[in-house]
Order: sequence, then structure tokens, then C-alpha cells
Amino acid sequence: MTEEPKEHWLVRPETIRKLWWGFSVVLALTVIAQLAIYVKGYFVVDGWFGFGAVYGFASCVLMVLFAKALGVVLKRPNDYYKESEGDDDA
Amino acid sequence: MHELFSPALIMVIAALAIGLARGHLRSAIVLLAPLLTLWAIWQVPDGVQDTVRFLSYDIEPVEGSPLRRLFATIFALMAFVGGLFAFRLSRWYELAAAFFYAAGAIGVSFAGDLISLFIYWELMALFSTVVVWCGGTPAARAAGIRYAILHLLGGVVLKVGIEGVVVSTGSVQITPMLANDFSSWMILCGILINAAAPPLSAWLADAYPESSPTGSVFLSAFTTKTAVLALILLFPGEPVLIGVGLFMVIYGIIYALLENDIRRILAYSVVNQVGFMVCAVGIGTQLAINGAAAHAFAHIVYKALLFMSAGVVIYRTGRNRCTELGGLFRTMPLTTVCCIIGALSISSFPLTSGFTTKSLISQAAANQELVWVYMLLTAASAGVFLHAGIKFPWFVFFQKDSGLRPKDAPWNMALAMVVFSAICLLLGVFPEWLYQFLPYQMDYVAYTPGKVIFYLQLLLFSGLAFFLLLPLMRRTETLSLDVDWLWRRALPALLHWLGTVFAPLLAGSKHLSDGGKRTAARLAEEYLGQPETADSEENAVFARSWTIGTTALWIAILLAAYVLIYYILPA
Repeated sequence: MTEEPKEHWLVRPETIRKLWWGFSVVLALTVIAQLAIYVKGYFVVDGWFGFGAVYGFASCVLMVLFAKALGVVLKRPNDYYKESEGDDDA
Repeated sequence: MHELFSPALIMVIAALAIGLARGHLRSAIVLLAPLLTLWAIWQVPDGVQDTVRFLSYDIEPVEGSPLRRLFATIFALMAFVGGLFAFRLSRWYELAAAFFYAAGAIGVSFAGDLISLFIYWELMALFSTVVVWCGGTPAARAAGIRYAILHLLGGVVLKVGIEGVVVSTGSVQITPMLANDFSSWMILCGILINAAAPPLSAWLADAYPESSPTGSVFLSAFTTKTAVLALILLFPGEPVLIGVGLFMVIYGIIYALLENDIRRILAYSVVNQVGFMVCAVGIGTQLAINGAAAHAFAHIVYKALLFMSAGVVIYRTGRNRCTELGGLFRTMPLTTVCCIIGALSISSFPLTSGFTTKSLISQAAANQELVWVYMLLTAASAGVFLHAGIKFPWFVFFQKDSGLRPKDAPWNMALAMVVFSAICLLLGVFPEWLYQFLPYQMDYVAYTPGKVIFYLQLLLFSGLAFFLLLPLMRRTETLSLDVDWLWRRALPALLHWLGTVFAPLLAGSKHLSDGGKRTAARLAEEYLGQPETADSEENAVFARSWTIGTTALWIAILLAAYVLIYYILPA
């Protein structure tokens, strides 16, 4: 696995394509498995078919978008505090 | 062993000896003292060991219980593996400070009364500040001062609460209470400051990332988790904690998503994880308390593991930002694998310690029919995978090729990471090893097919969300404002503004005529006195001692005025 002349096998486009395929199959399997395996819901909805998948995906999208929106207000350049505190090192 | 000898004292002696010893002897002390402490911890039987009278209070320096031993065990284990990680790189004073710090944490674990607890609490505050300072940069110095101010403030708040409780109950015993009066609120606030709860949570993400690559490993373990232990001992079932915990859980995720500094990502995820524990203490059932304790144990291991992998990267590359890193898996395979194990554990992936401990908390919420708590904790579990489980390893070790080809970890750091990785996996596969040491007996099955499928769906689809939203998460060369803005920016700005407002007044005094200056000097002398005559007979008005009669008269006048105002103003 010498990486200098040639790209590392893990970052080659064909590997990444295969990884996406494998990942998609695993995702599908976790949902399909619910046909065979009973998922106990504590509050009705969380026992619905594929609830975990939808809930996980949706809450992550919401959190990322919320963080993004908050970032517009809260983000500052890295040296924001330096001018007031006189730090000369990060 | 003597009944009053806390196992913490072994660490204190070791910390002192580290400063005196040199070379191999010092290394031996660093590695053996925590093991000796671990042995001593398991010699402490249940119950109060002995009582000493001090200022008419019953001091109980050592009280054993399964819960206390569990926390002391993980603190000692942390000191051992942290010492292994650090002993070749750290300066002696950082190791000594870290050992004092660990001693404080172990002391708190066994403290049977509020006074002993407070003393060890302050020991932690002092020496954790030293560990922050060992970062060695001007930024570390400044962050350390802010850290010290906040923790000393927290200590004062805690002390006020303890005094109040002691005055009202006449006892310094550590007994469960609820936050229902001023003193108990003060104790709760003092503890919550150390737990990095809002609104003063910013100290953690401010200070930890400024410490040295080895220092942050120690810092991640002790302060917040002793706070969790103190909450379990003093405020089990306090409903306020549920809300506080949920806030911390979400706050940690959002800020970690915004962050670019790799150790700051981890720092925010400490707040997130401690939020789970605080919430569990708020739920307060036996299962929830077991969950908080087990999760604290597992969390110390995987969070230290993550800080170790970050520490190795910073040590080897000298860089600490996502934007400057990437592609390190090529030359740091071991660090990458250990980091991924830690990341999967923090995300509570099945077969890791996070799954077997965090699910206790979710189960406790479900058993109490707390729909919103359960749903938010579940969403947060997905969010943890997003911000710590994938984001952290992805941006550090994969992402783009940064062109960096650093060497992998030195042997001692690698060994420390392997030990903690093994613990993460072992507790995930054999959860009963940990369950048997929890404070309450429980009938809980960690792995059911349904639960595993549910969590796999939840986590893997969070992963899908991460990779689909990757364009939205491009790292920027920025920091995010947190509440520390109030004391880093707003307060100095206010003082500066006050300075500009009052400067003309001061400047004006220079232009007084000679007569004006004499009048001012005479007035000053009459009311404030000359410095050299301040204590003498011819005292000025404000410096004079007054007779008791005059004082009583003034008190009576003030009281009358108060009563008068009280009746005049509408109720």
C-alpha cells in the first residue's frame, strides 16, 4: 500500500462507489429486517415500520439546518477574541 | 488500613513524589500509584468508616458505597491510563497537577459529608486550572484564568449553599434533597457549574481545547463526572435536572456541528454526554440512576479515548483544525481505528459501551412515560452520531488529503488507546461486567433484536444524512459565539465605555484653579482623612469610629424609614 505514486485504494473513485452501494444495501437491510423482527414501540409511533430510519434522518437534517442558521448569527473569524485580549497564539 | 485514610491521599502523595523523583522512578510512580489507589478503593467497605469532630461538625472523610466505589474506580483507572498516555511527553508539573486533580475527584467520590466534599472539590478546581495552564500558550494562560474565575465562583456558590443547609439542618451529612429553598438551589447551581450546565457552560469548550495534547485527556474525565456523582448523591429525582439535561444534550450537538477546532468538537460533545447523565439523575428512578452511573463510567473511557486520538494528531502534526487536517488514516492506521472505536462508542452503536449504558437512560425515560424526554434523547442519540460519531473521525482522518504524512502514535500513547478501545468493546459485548457494580439491582436485557434494529436504523440513517448534507457542513475558519462572549467581549467593552464616560471628569480635575484644588483637598481631608492620620484621634468623618449609641440611632432611623416606605408603597 504505497500511497506516494498512486492513490490509496480507499480513496479511489471505484472504491467509494462500491462503499456507497454497500452502505445503501445495509441501510435497506436494517429497514427490511423490521418485517421479520418485532420492534417494541413505547409510545405507539416509535414502533411503526421504519420509524427509526425516518426519525434519525429527519432529526439530523433538522439539527444541521438549525446549526447552519445559527451559524449565520454566531460565527466569527478565528481571531475575533484576540484583538480584545491580546493573545498572540492560537 | 486506617479508617480515615481516603484512597485519594495515595494520589496526593504520588503527586508530591512526582515533583521530587526523576527519570524512571518518576515514571514508576506515575504508573503504579493509580493501581495502588485502585486496590485501596476496593478495600473500602460500605458505610461511614469513621467520624472526626471538627468545629462541632461530624466529618466523615471516607464513606463507601457501590456508587462511590464505581466512580472512584473509573477515576483511578483514568489516572492510570492517562498517566500511561502522558508520562513520556508531559512535563512533571503537568503530571503532578493531573494527579492532584484525580485525587480531588477520588476524594469527592468517598466524601461522606459536605465539608470534605467541598475541600476535594476545590482541590480539583485549583489543579485543573494548572493543567489548563500547562498548555503553555498565551491563549492557554488566558483561558486558564477565565476557567479559574468561573470555578472559584462556582465554589463560592456551592459554599454558600452548604453553609445554608448546615445552618438550617445542623448537619453536614450528604443526604438526598430537592431544590426547594435558597440554600439547596445554591448547592445545585454550584454543582451544575461544574457539570457545564447552562448558562455558564462555555468554560468547558473555552478551556479544554487550550490545554496540552495530554492535559485535555485528564480534563475530559474528572470535573463534569464528579458533578454527576454529586448530583446523584444530593439531587436524585430533582425535576429541574431533566430540562437542564435536555438543553445540554441539544446545545452540545449544535455547537459541535458549528465547530472547526477538533478538540472543541469533543469538548462540546462532553457537554452533550453529561446532559444525558444530568437528565437521568432528574428522572431519578433506580434504572435512571444506574444509567447515569454506567454512562459516566463508559463516557470517561470513550471520551478520553477520543481526546487521546486528537492529542496524538495534534502532537504529530501541530495542527488542531478540521480545515488543516484530513487524510491521516494513510499513516496513522492505529490512531484511526482507536478513534473510530471511541466514536462508535459515544454514538452508542451496538456492541460498544455507549449502547449498553445510554440505553438504560432511554429505557428509564420510557418506563416513566416521559414521551418528550424519550423522543428528544433518541433524536440526540442520532445527533451524537452526526457530530461526534462521524464528523470527528471523518474530518480528521478522511475527508480530503491534507498532504500530511505524520507518524502513528508513540508506543505508550498507542498502548493507552488500545486499552481504552478494548474496554469500550468489552463493556459493549459483556455489559453485565459493568451492570453488577451498579448501585441498584436491575433486571435489564441490553440486547433485544428489536432494540438493535431500531438503533441501527436510527444511527445509519443519521450517517446517510451526514454524507448527503456534507456540502452544508464544509468547515469554515471561524469560531462560534457562546455565553463566554459576555465576559470576554461585553464586560470589557462596558468597562471601556465607562472609562470613556468618566475620563472627561478626571481630566477636568486637572484644570481646577489653585483655590479649587485647595477646597477639594480640604474636603477630602475632612471626610476621608490623610493616609497617615487614618487611625489617629483626629479622624475624618468617614474614617471615624462611632459610639454604639450613634450606630443604634442610625439603625433605628433606617428601620423607621424602611417601615415607612413599606407602608406607603402598595403591596
